[in-house]
Amino acid sequence: MTTTTPPTPSRPAIAAAPGLRDRRSNPLREGALIAGRDLLHWVREPWGFVFGLAFNLMLVLMFGFLFGGAIEVPGEGDYIAFLLPGMFALAMLFGLEATMTAMAEDSKRGITDRFRSLPIASASVALGRALADLANSVVGLAVLMIGGLLIGWRPTTGPAEIALGVVLLLWLRFALLWVGIFLGLRFRGTGATTAVQVLVWPIGFLSTVFVSAETMPGWLGVIAEWNPVSATATAARELFGNPTGVTSGWLAEYAVLAASVWPLVITLVFLPLAASAYRGLRR
Amino acid sequence: MTPTPTPTPPPTLLAHGLRKRYGSTTALDGFDLAVARGTVHGLLGPNGAGKTTAVRCLATLTDFDEGTASIDGLDVRRQPTSVRERIGLVGQFHAVDEALTARQNLVLFARLSGVSKPRARRRADDLLAAFTLADAADRAVSGFSGGMRRRLDIAASLVLTPAILFLDEPTTGLDPRGRATVWQAIREVAAAGTTVLLTTQYLDEADQLADCISVMDHGRVIAEGTPAELKRRIGGDRVTIVPADGARLADAALVVGRATGTEPSVDADTRAVTVEVADGAAALAPIVRALDAEALEVDDVALRRPTLDEVFLHLTAPASDPSREAR
Repeated sequence: MTTTTPPTPSRPAIAAAPGLRDRRSNPLREGALIAGRDLLHWVREPWGFVFGLAFNLMLVLMFGFLFGGAIEVPGEGDYIAFLLPGMFALAMLFGLEATMTAMAEDSKRGITDRFRSLPIASASVALGRALADLANSVVGLAVLMIGGLLIGWRPTTGPAEIALGVVLLLWLRFALLWVGIFLGLRFRGTGATTAVQVLVWPIGFLSTVFVSAETMPGWLGVIAEWNPVSATATAARELFGNPTGVTSGWLAEYAVLAASVWPLVITLVFLPLAASAYRGLRR
Repeated sequence: MTPTPTPTPPPTLLAHGLRKRYGSTTALDGFDLAVARGTVHGLLGPNGAGKTTAVRCLATLTDFDEGTASIDGLDVRRQPTSVRERIGLVGQFHAVDEALTARQNLVLFARLSGVSKPRARRRADDLLAAFTLADAADRAVSGFSGGMRRRLDIAASLVLTPAILFLDEPTTGLDPRGRATVWQAIREVAAAGTTVLLTTQYLDEADQLADCISVMDHGRVIAEGTPAELKRRIGGDRVTIVPADGARLADAALVVGRATGTEPSVDADTRAVTVEVADGAAALAPIVRALDAEALEVDDVALRRPTLDEVFLHLTAPASDPSREAR
């Protein structure tokens, strides 16, 4: 029987006081709490976060100085000034891996099940992920910009344009959140995570991040032009007053529009998919 | 209907005819269960019997295809949020954040459960003390032993005293010391009046902790009763004799059979003669004396409780199994 060992009287009660629960379920509060857990991770295990930032800076240095001298920007312009906005967009794309990995790890470890067994709103888990990853990207973007300023990148436009450029970059990150959440929930194996880590590279490179589409063979240039990362990179270049590397074609005219629409399309496709993958955990 | 007599207060948990298929595999096949308020109910079964699926269905994590389930009278399927306010779940995987400290974990789960920050902190302190984790409160969970993690897991599930606490194989993979500390924790949870549904592969664990045991196989409950009732049905202890001379195995079986009045089973590979007896301690002396009288030397004499395998062989034996049809 279970009552053979009565609890030691000196110990605090296991049973909670009645009325302990004094907050109603609220997805914003719960999302913030779940995101706060990620912030605690940065404090407790800062190396993963720091390494992520250092990696992006390393790419900037590698391409800026190692390959930069050999790369020509169509319509002329400094390569560092061309490269940095592209790197900002690439950093947003790379954030996808972080989202997917975090989501897959939590599901595998049972943390997601714990969240799901709590009386919280069903949107809270994804909202928490989104808030934490956006915060992470804001810091990452700030570090990249400071690094860029140190090596000679300068935005030459007014604060309104610069702010819009930053917003469009984070807008792409926001859209890719849902891709990451969907993939992380749907494909939880280590193999799937590795596959995405590998696949973001060709997606990142098949864009105008490092070189202008106009220097590529025709068909490849078309793919790069239609890559959502290129739209955001080109729009950011325009808005920061940096060389765009685009002298003709639709992207020269409509980069800002494309950088607004692409993430919207991605969100419209993947947000419902992410929601259905979350509901699908019940199967 | 479930074979248990209905207790006077309504059961905390009631499940009827649960069915759950994964592709061609049937995980639950007409699963019935009633857990009385304030009791520890053991769900005993081998790997693959459907214990985890049953717990996941009852804890609103997994949808079932057919059947009904309720907790405190609330429908698991139709009122999942209300049900979640009344359950605690300790799953098979450690559902605590490795990178955070024990205290940070408890405060996080308390606040997520709707407790304001200062009260969440006090509650975390109480739970850390109650589960003897106070000394490790500010260490990262990644450095915890298996037993400590389990206790933290249990504490995290008890932030708001649940109407029922699900413990899915809480001691699987723990060393004996960790197991003992988790058993102690479960006893204290039960002593505090919490209703517990405990799944386990170990008969002795169910025996030690549970007031009532449901034996599960192939997705359904095949027998149910108090530990004493089940043991009576399963038979008593097992005495195993290993004669020194393998050639005299048949002699040994004969002698053991005569001494106990029960036909023993013989395993030629391990040279083991095993006999079922009602009271092992009382049966041991006559067996040893009889072997001695026949000058049969033995390498080993062992007295043990029935294994889960034997429980299942017994319960699923077609001739002696009225419970199979009892549902």
